[in-house]
Amino acid sequence: MKKLTLIGCVILSFMFAACAPAAPAELVVMTHSSFAVSEAVIRTFETQNNVKVSFVQGGDAGETLNKAILSKDAPLADVLFGVDNTFLSRAVEAGIFETYASPELANVDSIYQLDSTHQLTPIDFGDVCINYDKSYFAQHKLALPNSLESLTQPEYKNLLAVENPATSSVGLAFLLATRAHFGEGYLDYWRELKENGVVVTDGWETAYYTNFSGSSGHGAQPLVVSYASSPAAEVIFAEPPLTDAPTASILEAGTCFRQIEFAGVLKGATNPKLAEKFIDFLLSAEFQNDLPLQMFVYPVNQKATLPEAFVKYSQIPAQPAELTPAEISANRDAWIEAWTEAMQ
Amino acid sequence: MNLDKRIAQEGQAYGGPARWPISRFILWALPSAFLLAFFFYPLVKIFALTFEAQALTAQENLQIVWRVTRFTFYQAALSTLLTLALGLPAAFLFARFNFWGKSFLRALTAIPFMLPTVVVAAAFNSILQLPVFSALRQPAPLTLILLAHVFYNATIVIRILGAALAQLDPKLEQVSRSLGANGAQVWHEILLPLLKPALLSAVLLIFILDFTSFGVILLLGGGKVSTLEVEIYLRVLKLPNLPLAALLAILQLVFTLIFSILYAQALRRSSHPTAPRFSIARPPQTLREKIFVGVFSILLLSFFSLPLISLPFRSVLRLEADRGDRAQVQIGLTTEYYQELFINRRNALFYVPPIQAAINSIVIASLTVLFSLALGIPTAWALAKPTNLEKILDPLIMLPLGSSAVMLGLGLILTYGRALASPIFIPIAHTLIALPFVIRALQPAIASIPERLRQSASVLGASPWRVWRLIDFPILRRAALTAATFAFTISLGEFGATLLLSRPELPTIPVAIARFLSQAGGLNYGQAMAMSTILMALTLAGILLLEKDHHA
Amino acid sequence: MLEVKNIFKSYAGQPLLKNISFKIKKAETVCLLGASGSGKSTLLQLIAGLEKPDAGMIRFNGADLAQTPPHLRDFGLVFQDYGLFPHLNIYENIAFGLKMKNKPAAEIQARVSALLTQVNLTGFEQRKVTELSGGEQQRVALARALAPNPRLMMFDEPLGALDKNHKESLLNELRALLRREKIPALYVTHDQEEAFALADCILLLHDGQIIRAGTPEEIWNDPRSAVAAKFFGVGNVVTGAIKLTGKKTQVETEFGTFNLYCKYKHKPNESVSVLIRQCDDGSEALKLKVEDLLFKQDQFQAQSRGAFFFVKEKPKLGQLIRLRVKVECLHENSEEKY
Repeated sequence: MKKLTLIGCVILSFMFAACAPAAPAELVVMTHSSFAVSEAVIRTFETQNNVKVSFVQGGDAGETLNKAILSKDAPLADVLFGVDNTFLSRAVEAGIFETYASPELANVDSIYQLDSTHQLTPIDFGDVCINYDKSYFAQHKLALPNSLESLTQPEYKNLLAVENPATSSVGLAFLLATRAHFGEGYLDYWRELKENGVVVTDGWETAYYTNFSGSSGHGAQPLVVSYASSPAAEVIFAEPPLTDAPTASILEAGTCFRQIEFAGVLKGATNPKLAEKFIDFLLSAEFQNDLPLQMFVYPVNQKATLPEAFVKYSQIPAQPAELTPAEISANRDAWIEAWTEAMQ
Repeated sequence: MNLDKRIAQEGQAYGGPARWPISRFILWALPSAFLLAFFFYPLVKIFALTFEAQALTAQENLQIVWRVTRFTFYQAALSTLLTLALGLPAAFLFARFNFWGKSFLRALTAIPFMLPTVVVAAAFNSILQLPVFSALRQPAPLTLILLAHVFYNATIVIRILGAALAQLDPKLEQVSRSLGANGAQVWHEILLPLLKPALLSAVLLIFILDFTSFGVILLLGGGKVSTLEVEIYLRVLKLPNLPLAALLAILQLVFTLIFSILYAQALRRSSHPTAPRFSIARPPQTLREKIFVGVFSILLLSFFSLPLISLPFRSVLRLEADRGDRAQVQIGLTTEYYQELFINRRNALFYVPPIQAAINSIVIASLTVLFSLALGIPTAWALAKPTNLEKILDPLIMLPLGSSAVMLGLGLILTYGRALASPIFIPIAHTLIALPFVIRALQPAIASIPERLRQSASVLGASPWRVWRLIDFPILRRAALTAATFAFTISLGEFGATLLLSRPELPTIPVAIARFLSQAGGLNYGQAMAMSTILMALTLAGILLLEKDHHA
Repeated sequence: MLEVKNIFKSYAGQPLLKNISFKIKKAETVCLLGASGSGKSTLLQLIAGLEKPDAGMIRFNGADLAQTPPHLRDFGLVFQDYGLFPHLNIYENIAFGLKMKNKPAAEIQARVSALLTQVNLTGFEQRKVTELSGGEQQRVALARALAPNPRLMMFDEPLGALDKNHKESLLNELRALLRREKIPALYVTHDQEEAFALADCILLLHDGQIIRAGTPEEIWNDPRSAVAAKFFGVGNVVTGAIKLTGKKTQVETEFGTFNLYCKYKHKPNESVSVLIRQCDDGSEALKLKVEDLLFKQDQFQAQSRGAFFFVKEKPKLGQLIRLRVKVECLHENSEEKY
């Protein structure tokens, strides 16, 4: 009987731990599951505004947005962080965000300010590029591929791992880069890649850790579609410490695609003023300085300073592929379907 | 004789249907409330919102439906057959023989069932990269999918069939041998017909699990193949076409329902009373037995441990130095990854020490056991001696297994909104998945309790509660332990938090593993392996503990 | 026909059967008698080929069976709890062995009906196993074992689960059947009545060894050991101490001091077991006080200090009665022989 009482207590405490009354107001922020932030940074915002910030995660960027759209009548949160430029138009069209133009936007380059309606505010960006295993290319005395076209050449047969654009945002980014570069001919290019033994995985985790030879997973492919910041992460998360990154990104013009992440105040927010303050906070130097080492993305705020490892090992491509959010939004599904069909 | 029969019938009339209104109502109250609130209502709500009749007539929809359904059946049937091919002899091995390391090997076969798919895929891959397997370096996605399904589900055959084999009277086998039946004939004429109910249970569970398989298809299929469950996920969240998704989800539910009905009918036709027995396992004696035990246990050991062993191996192996531009290859052992688990290097808000993730996992798994037993025991009780209405309800129990996790997740979001972020929804979601397993594990055991025992106990003056405690419970204990093991392990390995709204500050071990794997870097990979090793060790310890209790 | 030679078998490190040897001749019924746990069922399993002996040899008609699997031995087996196949009906159960031998359907049909007639179950073909009473089930099991004309029949306590009436009638049927069919049979039981009723030869198994073998008469007349005497219920076994007075050997027991005529030499004060058999022309006299009384049809069973005796006239409780008895030395376990 004592046992039962004990179990009961555990359940009850477990249940109430979640719904314990919060003394200050509560701000609910919905994010994708890759969201990360330093504790101190959030605590500063909480004390400054006498608010308790709680986070809920809704899966990856696409899943999170879809959940927000589906529940627009009874919103799950006050702020949504993590809509990227491939979903921007869809998010704006869905009409689930309040308009808000943050004063902090003054410090943000206009190339990131893609939403003229000011429903969504740019927060960070990152480039999806092909990463390569330095030692593989050194050992095999193989030249690096210098364009998308060169990847279809026989010396790179079976060497490239990519993510499925239907299931992975990284994969989608790379598909968009090829679409921007080849136009209507992008499917022919993919058929050639397929002929040349491209390996398609469901997501970044598998491609990077299972297939990529440059990662700790020691896979079989020395080329992988990843982020331009991944080499920096390899140095930062190394044991023993590395003096040089084992991998690097190919930055040739048109081979990379830039993902820009946005945040917005959800319609029906319980405390819109606080939610707007949170958008300001996301653009503030404090949060923007914290971004690189937490999520391995670049701050959009020009006043933010980059950590040393980032400056040293992470590079920014000069000419990423270009596609407007409206173009992407209008064609995304059709391009993916056609890609799926071509790769069957 | 006639008089006896009449008395028996009247006794049944008094003990059975006459009592149904109150006792049956009590039995059903909790489980049906639970299923209505967390399963049927949310599903109806999401279907009402998304389903459109036009989806049925669109040509391109029907093509997708046909392609996906065909592949779903194909891979599920193949996977089930292969799982049986490995699981049947394995169940026989464990039920009939005692050998060194048996309980460890048995526990080992159960580990995959609760490891997150990402980890299993990584493990499989690391094995395929060994020089021995270099010829198989790029196996077809289907091969990998089938292998993974066998790897995951063999434990179901071993457990369900093993329990049935242990209850089988060894004399039947001996008699048939002495009547001139050879080994194959004994199986064909005696064992298989008698094991049919258990075999059907196992086949149905495995088939439904393979039929609704998600992670394995997504991860190992490389986007080239998709099952109903995967296609629904894609059509809801990636290439939104909600009417098509709803159509596929309804289809999947209907198929699950059909399998369950077929199963229930087959079960009713082939049920034979068996009596619970003491273990009949013994050391192998003849040369043939010794060869079987030796060869098969080594086969099982390598099939299950080779992929798994690479996790603890990699969690202490430092491979950093052989990467980069340096030619010098240095491999070293390190405990750094484990130490690092306890360090919040980046002062991250959602950092959780591994011990806390383990506690979260265990608390959630324990709650899942508690919930699913509390709901499963009365349901299994009612279904073990069913009235006509309950015979119709029986197949519905399996539906949660056949419902698309994504659709159900959306339905729950629509129904519960912000409240869904409450941590209590995690064990509730796990319970929904575990409940069919728990009920199916309990049902045959309850049905096998001889009514005579119960009657003699109540004649001896035991109150209904004491009858339950003194007669039913001890007999049920074994089945309840099996059910609890299922619930616990399903919960430990379940990584479906994303189908709801997850609270990042309350990660379970699989969530923590996924977090490490979502960023590049050797430390992240090493920590994911270390965390996986911890999960494996936890699981192994849990199973060994439960099994030890079994034998006590 | 069957020859069992120097069989040893241990289980979980414990020796269970130690050096067992015996033979069964054509048309002979041998009863293996022993308490539960004496290893008698294991011996059956060894002969059936379901278990392997640690050492020793089992031969049939001179051929070593070590390499013959159970299904090629042609031995019939009947268990205490019947072991009927629950998924088959009565017909299919009996036909099983014939089917395994690929007999033509017509022959199977004829044989099954003949057997059903023999065991008085005509018309039971389509019944389910669970619809039958214990006695009926055992008849089916018997018919099933007989169906393929086995070379040897083996019974493992076949009547153990039946009530007294069923037991007696089935025992009689079984005896008639074994006599008629002339099949050699090995019958395992713990009930000496069954053994006496059926056996041409009885083997008494104790502690993994055959401690007495012989026809029922031989064993009854000279059980030789206290264990055997107790097991067969020959008389009252009591312990006593040897007293040597002059040339006479006497034994002092709680029932009095008796003269003992024994071919063995005993030492004074040696502790021995003796058998006190009630016998009207016995040389010894016994005086005892009736402690309990049982009505036994034409006589009464009087009990005193754990021993039983029969009297014609009904005594009163507490009454002193005098009886003539024979006292025999159970010398098997004597320390010094001859």
